[in-house]
Amino acid sequence: MSYGFVAPYTALVIAFGVLPALYAVFLAFTDNEGGFAGIANFTKVVSDFRFLPAVAHVALYLVIWLVALVVLVSFLAVVVHAVRVRWLSRTLRFVFYLPGALAGASSVLLWLFVLDPTASPVSGLLHLLGFSSFVQVIVPANLPPVFAIIAFWTGAGGWIVIMYGALNNISPDVIEAARIDGATAVQIARRIQLPMLRKWISYMGIMSLAAGTQLFVEPQLLSQASNAIVPNDYSLNQLAYQYAFQQNDFNGAAAISLLLLVIALALSAVFVTRGGLFEKD
Amino acid sequence: MTTVDVGRPARRRNPARRRNSVSGWSMRTIIAVVVAIFVLFFVIPIVWLLLATTKSAHALIVDNPFQPGSFGDLAANWDQLFGFQDGAVTSWVGNSALYALGALVITLVASIPAGYAMALTEFRFRRLLLVLTLIVMLIPNTALVLPIFLELNVVGLIGSPLSVILPMAFFPFGVYLTYIYFNTSVPRDLLAAARLDGCTEFQVFTRVALPLAAPIVALVAFFSFVQNWNNFFLPFVMLPSSEGYPIQVGLTSLLASTPAFNPSSAGAQSVQLPTLALATVISVLPVLIVFLFAQRFLVAGMTAGGTKE
Repeated sequence: MSYGFVAPYTALVIAFGVLPALYAVFLAFTDNEGGFAGIANFTKVVSDFRFLPAVAHVALYLVIWLVALVVLVSFLAVVVHAVRVRWLSRTLRFVFYLPGALAGASSVLLWLFVLDPTASPVSGLLHLLGFSSFVQVIVPANLPPVFAIIAFWTGAGGWIVIMYGALNNISPDVIEAARIDGATAVQIARRIQLPMLRKWISYMGIMSLAAGTQLFVEPQLLSQASNAIVPNDYSLNQLAYQYAFQQNDFNGAAAISLLLLVIALALSAVFVTRGGLFEKD
Repeated sequence: MTTVDVGRPARRRNPARRRNSVSGWSMRTIIAVVVAIFVLFFVIPIVWLLLATTKSAHALIVDNPFQPGSFGDLAANWDQLFGFQDGAVTSWVGNSALYALGALVITLVASIPAGYAMALTEFRFRRLLLVLTLIVMLIPNTALVLPIFLELNVVGLIGSPLSVILPMAFFPFGVYLTYIYFNTSVPRDLLAAARLDGCTEFQVFTRVALPLAAPIVALVAFFSFVQNWNNFFLPFVMLPSSEGYPIQVGLTSLLASTPAFNPSSAGAQSVQLPTLALATVISVLPVLIVFLFAQRFLVAGMTAGGTKE
């Protein structure tokens, strides 16, 4: 009977989890006539002149985003937790979390407005920074921080709310004892709260790292909005997309997808087996 | 009582403490300013976006960014948006609803019984299925999009609504949430009692477990709906023709027709900036409404995996 309960889900796991992964492996190691190709597809995509720049773009974006996420989310969560006025603390959390509703294309579109000096609500700030046109804002050198800002704007709030919940789980007695011993709020945060958040911070870091390697919608829309000033092969996923749909090279696309998938799988497997955050039984 | 009496004067006499509280005060001011800046950072774009939908294209650029426009302009923007390509926006929103809700129904039908069985029954491969679920749950859902495209291409499903509904219906996170819920909140004794009373396994699930599962059904439905509605990469890859777009992908068509961002698009079908802002608002409206009422859901869901400290 148990098999009946899990049958539909098992079918989905196989169809959309296991099979596509295996098929990608098959494609990545064969040529377009189905013959075994060894690692030829991998050497081809890696030596593609667009590959290393795409890796560099994604890596730079990830560094900026992850550092900002870890530092600012921890900071804001501790501060919001320290606010004693209840309505204020609730309002702050709500304000931080609401942008999470605007994910994907919607948030990118919103930020196109914000970054366009002619229409932007902060055009004064943009002019102050020396930008007088949209094209100047989105020169390639600016893109990693721009994408990091967009990702932070949509994603940070949910994590702040979660860290806040984790801070609530720390026994008030511990904090009280530290206060009696003369610890300041900063010391309490550094010596007690942040170490106790470590598990959640690493969870956030790994999830965000895995998601960030998949960068696609932001550069894709910007490329469209900028008349291709932003190249349409800016990120790795875009490059895989170009292989599949512009060059009809599914083997090459599969090779890139597989590289990205292996990174994501490795990160999640490490976390499931070593992180201790998930109940496996 | 005595300790308090002793503690207080000692604290007041300690000069280090007083200096600390002065620097504590300026510290507080700095922190308050920093937090205020972040509040503005999170709020301004949303407030501005809502106001932008009520302005004419001219007023959007010339007027103060935070000065509201008029209902007349909102109506004009509305008409332009829904007149775009003979009402394409209406069908995109309809498509989004079809995909998100279709996948939601399949997700619930597949994952609630699966989570239940994995938590409260024994069967071969149970552990394998659980670990597989955990691992797939933690990889970003975009990672499998191109492989799934290559697979569905072989069976000729590309372009059909099923090519987005079925992959979205695969929602391992929902199974994991259900598993945790049944594992922690429903005692096995209760099920054993029902079996003693003569319930079949199927009846144990439908009559005992399912009525207790209302909170988790709502939680899985929330996450599944939000994720499906906002999904961009999957429909972008699977659906080549504009009639099949969900609104998230439809936004790219609107963007391509906005002369402010794409100068080559000026023409009869061009879209003005406030209209594009209105499209952005409409594209997130269902999720925004769900979000307004669901902050607790979000926390409960994302921390469900966390074992207690």
